[in-house]
Amino acid sequence: MRHLIDILDLTTAEIDELIETANDIIQNPAAYAHKCEGKKLAALFFEPSTRTRLSFEAAMYELGGHVIGFSDAGNSSSAKGESVADTIKMIGCYADIAAMRHFKEGAPLVAAMRSDIPVINAGDGGHNHPTQTLTDLLTIKREKGHFDGLTVGFCGDLKFGRTVHSLITALSRYENIKFVLISPQELKVPSYVKDLLKDKGLTYKQTTDLDSVMPELDILYMTRVQRERFFNEEEYLRLKDSYILTPEKLKTAKEDLRILHPLPRVNEIAVAVDDDPRACYFRQALNGKFIRMALILKLLEEAGK
Amino acid sequence: MTIDSIKNGIVIDHIPAGKAMLLYQYLKLDGLECSVALLKNVPSKKMGRKDIIKLDEVIDLNWDVLGYLAPDCTVNIIREGEEVEKKRPELPERLVGVIACKNPRCITTIEQELPHIFKLANRQKGTYRCLYCESKA
Repeated sequence: MRHLIDILDLTTAEIDELIETANDIIQNPAAYAHKCEGKKLAALFFEPSTRTRLSFEAAMYELGGHVIGFSDAGNSSSAKGESVADTIKMIGCYADIAAMRHFKEGAPLVAAMRSDIPVINAGDGGHNHPTQTLTDLLTIKREKGHFDGLTVGFCGDLKFGRTVHSLITALSRYENIKFVLISPQELKVPSYVKDLLKDKGLTYKQTTDLDSVMPELDILYMTRVQRERFFNEEEYLRLKDSYILTPEKLKTAKEDLRILHPLPRVNEIAVAVDDDPRACYFRQALNGKFIRMALILKLLEEAGK
Repeated sequence: MTIDSIKNGIVIDHIPAGKAMLLYQYLKLDGLECSVALLKNVPSKKMGRKDIIKLDEVIDLNWDVLGYLAPDCTVNIIREGEEVEKKRPELPERLVGVIACKNPRCITTIEQELPHIFKLANRQKGTYRCLYCESKA
């Protein structure tokens, strides 16, 4: 059974195929409106989510399918102590494919190891979020036309930001990408991400100063400092306003820079930036639905459903 | 200092100094009824100082534990006072139930039935990562 737990579960050729399918869906939505008729997606959200959950639901509905599930662990049998493995075995009786978000890292992998239906990791703690990465890759491809040779800046919480880890991992497979990692000392990328870049001999720069690197960037990937990842409220309050992107700060940026953000934002991007043509985070959110449609189609097809 | 020679048993030699007690715990040698000798800080030409463990019985060793904690050690099997076999452990591809994940966000912290599994992430550095959350061991 094929699942998507980590972005590296997909080859770059498969990612290209998904991007191609997503682009085709954008061009010809009617051609896909009945592809999943009679199929059910189980949206298993053990942790609150708006964008990802609604995006999965919208994706399945636009393919003509149905959605079952829950949006809070309190409404699931895990509140009664049921294991992830038992939950997915039970869900497999009712649904054709599952998207799981869990507050514990590795939970979707545990589900996939026991599941009779394809499992998509919709975010596990601070670990992975591969469908956000697919969304980011589709957005970069649509906005810039290519991946190779780009200078990509990641800014904010690079320690707990799972979208950052997954996207760096995915981009590390393309040619000549330069990584610029901008974060406070306390929120630097984990060692395994740096090890990955070092092992592949890729160029990366770490800095705490966004202004000094702004002119180099082709992509600026902003992230939120996530309150829910901190055990210590005091530390969260100290770090939450480390970087706030304003029109003023963008004055030195390239004309064709593209600003991405996995959303939701709190205050790390000033609302005034939304009108800048370089801001593409809302287009990015829309792309999320299309790439998830492409992924659901691929995994159902491979499962023979 | 001298320890009686072994007639039938195992000598785990070339253990990095200070690691014998750890190996004793992880190999669960406390459960053995035979004589067990732990030698710490033994002078060694090759290593400067080393630890040695001697077992007065040939038992099944957990090679994953040896490979993980002391990949450069040598295991000598003694029968009738003669060394009949000399083996070296290898870094195991997977460690199952040997060490526990310390990441408080890992799924293993709430699902007690899950085996703690680590996979070899970098053979040169001997780095292991949790199968589920990828935290370093």
